[in-house]
Amino acid sequence: MTALTVRDLSRSFGGVKALTSVSFTVEPGERRLVIGPNGAGKTTLFNTIAGTFPASAGSIVLFERDITRLASYERARLGLARTFQITNLFQGLTVFENVLLAVQATEDIGFALGRPMTTYRHLYDKAGRLLDTWGLAGVGCQMVKHLSYGERRQVDLILALAGSPRVLLLDEPTAGLSAAESVRVVAMVRSLPREITILMIEHDMDVALDLADRITVLHLGQLIAEGDRDMIRSHPQVNEIYLGTE
Amino acid sequence: MSFWVVHALNGISFGMLLFLLAAGLSLIYGLMKILNLTHGSYYLLGAYIGLSVVRGTGSFVLAVAVATLAIALIGALMERFLLRRFHLQELPQALLTFGFLFIFADLALLIWGGNSQTLPKPEAFAHSVHIAGIVYPTYRLFLIVVGLLVGAALWWFQEGTRAGAMLRAGVDDEEIARGLGINVSLLFTLVFALGAFLAALGGVLGGPIVGVYPGADFEVLLLGLVVVIIGGLGSLKGALVGGLLVGLLDNFGRTFFPELALFTIFVPMVAILAIRPTGIFGRA
Amino acid sequence: MLMLLLPYAVSSYYLGLASKILIFALFAMSLDLLLGYSGLASLGHAAFFGVSAYTVGLLTLRAGASAWLALTTGLLAAGVTGALFGLLALRTRGSYFLMITLALAQVLWGIASGWRSMTGGDDGLPNIPRPDLGLPWSLADTTPFYYFVLLIVAAAAAILARIVRSPFGYALRGIRESESRMSALGYNVWRYKYVAFVLGGLFAGLAGCLYVYLNRFVSPDYVHVVRSAEVLLMVILGGAGTLVGPAIGAGLIILFENVVSTYTERWLMALGVVYVLVTLFAPRGIVGLVQEYWRRKSAS
Repeated sequence: MTALTVRDLSRSFGGVKALTSVSFTVEPGERRLVIGPNGAGKTTLFNTIAGTFPASAGSIVLFERDITRLASYERARLGLARTFQITNLFQGLTVFENVLLAVQATEDIGFALGRPMTTYRHLYDKAGRLLDTWGLAGVGCQMVKHLSYGERRQVDLILALAGSPRVLLLDEPTAGLSAAESVRVVAMVRSLPREITILMIEHDMDVALDLADRITVLHLGQLIAEGDRDMIRSHPQVNEIYLGTE
Repeated sequence: MSFWVVHALNGISFGMLLFLLAAGLSLIYGLMKILNLTHGSYYLLGAYIGLSVVRGTGSFVLAVAVATLAIALIGALMERFLLRRFHLQELPQALLTFGFLFIFADLALLIWGGNSQTLPKPEAFAHSVHIAGIVYPTYRLFLIVVGLLVGAALWWFQEGTRAGAMLRAGVDDEEIARGLGINVSLLFTLVFALGAFLAALGGVLGGPIVGVYPGADFEVLLLGLVVVIIGGLGSLKGALVGGLLVGLLDNFGRTFFPELALFTIFVPMVAILAIRPTGIFGRA
Repeated sequence: MLMLLLPYAVSSYYLGLASKILIFALFAMSLDLLLGYSGLASLGHAAFFGVSAYTVGLLTLRAGASAWLALTTGLLAAGVTGALFGLLALRTRGSYFLMITLALAQVLWGIASGWRSMTGGDDGLPNIPRPDLGLPWSLADTTPFYYFVLLIVAAAAAILARIVRSPFGYALRGIRESESRMSALGYNVWRYKYVAFVLGGLFAGLAGCLYVYLNRFVSPDYVHVVRSAEVLLMVILGGAGTLVGPAIGAGLIILFENVVSTYTERWLMALGVVYVLVTLFAPRGIVGLVQEYWRRKSAS
């Protein structure tokens, strides 16, 4: 059983073909990197897999479950988590409240209207532990909008991890970070257990090639190459596209 | 038979007024993402100013010119000095325009009083004509022609000019627009003024058949909103189709169910919302 | 405490005013659930206010219904309206949502105003008696009615406070901040918004029932966009997302209207001016200004 199977996935809007018949499989525990020049369709691929946009054609299967027609929240409930390229956090809430919301989603408490949040001690504990594990307990009380960019990226990742996802989509986790912040985020990603399958978009080649098991290359919405580091490094078409860009 | 023709023409001519209003709303929203609720006031003030000019000079043409340009100016000022401060913040912009709807409503009441009034028809169109076996006022036919002409002009602007292309593309491409040499901030002000101009035009032209009275601003705003809900906010085609539809429905509603007139509009609006919430020609 | 002792301190005129303030405080808090907590800016909240008021009025006058029946049916009517409008409006957001809620409510106004045979048209329905709940004090008197309103509003406010502090309330806040993130976390965002919308409608309906009993009268004004705008301003002026802010905002606006109308007939213009000023200078409302003040003070 594969973790994620994408078959003939296409997405077009307004006459623009963002993705054309992309097919690949990701094995459980794998760290798969998706690369390609700007406009290759990487983020569209992620958005289609996550359910933000519906696919125009093709199918997506998550651990034997066809999720092509499911809404994004349903896919999340099946164990698909994601981070966002552009910061997408709850800006007006504190870091702790952000994590609390992520934790609340995983525990099936439904429309709990009657009791105050504070009585749900186990949610608080779990949120606290998450922040401790990832070293952000110190900024728990701060509002997200006051955090540094690097800290926000970390919170982004924690939110995605809160539900113990089976497949994690990381959209450019180190984009815009300083070298030191990058190191911290990369360490976070590398420390993730193999129970979590990771699909990652990354522009920083050093980071990417270091973390990845296999690499999928997209260009103009189509899959043009797939293989391990060495194979991709020496792939003629890939080199042609990236000539001058490194 | 002639009964239906008369009422259909009545509905269509009224629908043209609604088209003018809705086109303005859609233009402004399509380009700047501003829901201009002051639009109803632009209609009413346009009508009142037109009324005063006609009373003072006897010239309908002058009334149209003065009213539309005055309101266009007010619109330009509002956009430039108030709305621009909240660029892309939809709620504050809507609230600002809303506040002005109230201010203008009371101002109109203060200046022109609370009585219901009508604009006199211009001499050239004050008669009736024999067509298709009925006798029909030429003024309403004139309205239909004006509506079509304005529609054609707006269509040309939207499809045929660079500025129009930007309008169609929406506000996301500001960078590209600047790159193409379009002065975006000037464009915003001009388009807003154009929207206001259209509303005022509707007001003055509508004056002879709909009348000018306090509360017309809210009524006309509501109908305008229903038109864009049905036709699609930001779409010129939607404004025309929606305008004609609502015009006909409103007319038939008033004729057959005077007490429940608004039901005839409510039902299609609900239907559209249920089937296609962004309107017939709206962007999904 | 102050509220309980009020009848001993002021005349019955001011007591009536206080009742009105309490009712609008509830109305504003119900909208805060939508605007402040869920990020749903509705310009048609008066729809629920008016529907319940008309239901109570019609049942009491035409069907001779008991107060209990009228009240529960009124609330039910508000809830059903909320359920229906929610289905229609909640598939959109931002300006579309604003526009649709405005249009839906205003069409209701048109029906209330036009359907003379049913609703009395613009003249409304006068002579609606105060509820007879079998209490030893007649609610037709100002003081007992004030306590009645105080009790109900306090209870409703307590329930609202409970709701916003619950996990459901937190989820609404998350939705306000970022719907897409909430979806990505696994929340069925639409369903949360829908429940909030219907709840907001119910509480607004409760306020409407109280208001029709206060005035012994209902008219299309209850459902006009001006009414929706008024309550929206109360929420924004007080401070959206705080519950207590909108209640304060309600008090301020009612008092303001009271004062303004003694000097001039131009209260609509005054309201418009306040709207513009608040949007320009105090978008976070009074509570926002106070919070800002305290933060500056503690920073220095």
